[in-house]
Amino acid sequence: MSKATTLPRVKSVIAEELVKTYDGGKVRALDGLTLDVSEGTVLGVLGPNGAGKTTTVRVLTTLLIPDSGRATVAGIDVIKQPEKVREVIGLSGQYAAVDETLTGWDNLIMFGRLYHLSPKAAKQRAEELLEQFSLTEAAKRPIRTYSGGMRRRLDLSASLIVKPKILFLDEPTTGLDPRGRQEMWGVIKSLVRGGTTLLLTTQYLEEADQLADDIVVVDHGKVIARGTSDQLKRQVGGERLEIVSAANDLAQVKEIVAKVADGNVNVDEGIRQVSAPVTTGSKALIEAARQLDDLGIHPLDIGLKRPSLDDVFISLTGHVAEEQKAENEGEVKARGRRRKK
Amino acid sequence: MSHAISDALVVTKRQWLQLIRVPEVLIFSTIQPVMFVLLFRYVFGGSISTGIPGVDYVQLLMPGIFVQTVAFTLAGTAVGLAEDMQKGLIDRFRSLPISRGAVVFGRALGDGLLNIVVLFVMGLAGFLVGWRPDSGLFKVMLGFIFLLFFGFAMAWIGILIGLSVRSARVANAAVFIAVFPLTFLSNAFAPTTGMPKPLQYFAEWNPVSTMVAACRELFGLQNIFGVTANSWPSQNPLEMSLVYMVLLMAIFVPLSIRKYVNVASK
Repeated sequence: MSKATTLPRVKSVIAEELVKTYDGGKVRALDGLTLDVSEGTVLGVLGPNGAGKTTTVRVLTTLLIPDSGRATVAGIDVIKQPEKVREVIGLSGQYAAVDETLTGWDNLIMFGRLYHLSPKAAKQRAEELLEQFSLTEAAKRPIRTYSGGMRRRLDLSASLIVKPKILFLDEPTTGLDPRGRQEMWGVIKSLVRGGTTLLLTTQYLEEADQLADDIVVVDHGKVIARGTSDQLKRQVGGERLEIVSAANDLAQVKEIVAKVADGNVNVDEGIRQVSAPVTTGSKALIEAARQLDDLGIHPLDIGLKRPSLDDVFISLTGHVAEEQKAENEGEVKARGRRRKK
Repeated sequence: MSHAISDALVVTKRQWLQLIRVPEVLIFSTIQPVMFVLLFRYVFGGSISTGIPGVDYVQLLMPGIFVQTVAFTLAGTAVGLAEDMQKGLIDRFRSLPISRGAVVFGRALGDGLLNIVVLFVMGLAGFLVGWRPDSGLFKVMLGFIFLLFFGFAMAWIGILIGLSVRSARVANAAVFIAVFPLTFLSNAFAPTTGMPKPLQYFAEWNPVSTMVAACRELFGLQNIFGVTANSWPSQNPLEMSLVYMVLLMAIFVPLSIRKYVNVASK
């Protein structure tokens, strides 16, 4: 469906001016946070540790009462009628909130019964969910023997027992290895295809990019930007043509790029890269490639680069997404490696 | 309302499943009291005189150890709940459409019922080392039921502690500090007559003492193991124990449920 024909949708989640303070007002976990989620869409709440993501989820899922502000989920007020809200939501937290000493099967039956399914219905639903999340074989093993990814999948399946109208996932892939993350993304994507309305928090920019229709960027308890991934990237700047070539070709490459570019051409001799903003997209790329080919120059890498959400985050907040230094360094290294390829 | 009860039973059942999946917990939680039976019977038993002709120390000891063990029920409750909090399980429960009291009630009930197993094994161990209650089956059973109720009442203190502390380790330490002195500043193991006078009064009013005295009566002994002041509790241990249990529940059940509703886990 193209954006232009999208009708205004029903808002499944609305949060208005939420404020939550701790330590007598010294810590403002939420500082006037406002957001909404349209029915059948995925909202990614993106922000660093301590930005207020989890606090937001806790308010919307009735676990925490805000100091001020208003919130509705499926049209129900979360502060006035929390018990009604609990009937329509599913929550899967940052920590795998299942009983680790019990088996996957035990857990699903327990939660099924707590959702007031009959013993028979609970069993049937547990079987379906285990099948759906590829956990049938592990069903009779205690959760503590599961891998991180399996644990998260089971946790997620427990929040889907009664097919909630609105699902909240608080950092669903934090702490997972790349494979576990990929698996989890696959599972979440298939849920979204099924029409689940989802609010997802993450500190991974790539994750928001992959899964969310709309993104709000949260920092210090406030929404500092909102839009689709594309809109946010556009906010930072358009596409850039980037060419990496042999050192002695750099001058010629620069000349060609200047012809198709729409702005200053930047040459980084260290990584032997020529880059410049372009407005004609792939046309500029093809034109540059053709001219290089005519001159017999074969660049090591040529491509259009659109700003990543990393760039968006830095330009919006003035600091990088991950707070922890170690993670940060890993991230930079990973990016460096990608560039070299 | 009917959901409230079935929800609580689901939570209770979870604890029984835990015991089946990790039987070590049950094994160690019964070995410890049995160890106490043997230690007190053979280490102290020889040097503590009952002052009652024809009554061995073991007859007085067993009710004391039963009460001590049951009083420590709240340790398991507090630690278990603190773990559930840490792991986010309490958050999940709180996001479910279940009655507000179901999780804590189910927990208290589960821990209370676990005492059936523990008391049975302890009773057996006691019997092997010479414990012979002679009040008849009915009164002996009544004594055990009394003990189970006491454990259930004490579990609610554990719930409040478990929901209030930051971690399971803190819960364990907090419980130990609270309960250990209570069980020893009592008539459970030694006559209170040997204590300094102010402590004697404390010991007589101590719920542990009234429970021990009540159990001794139900198991066929007179409560003359250190009656100092002829206070009302030592004269009427059964009644006083009942008052204590009702009082405990009247205070800690509402507090625990309120805590659960407002709890902010990390």
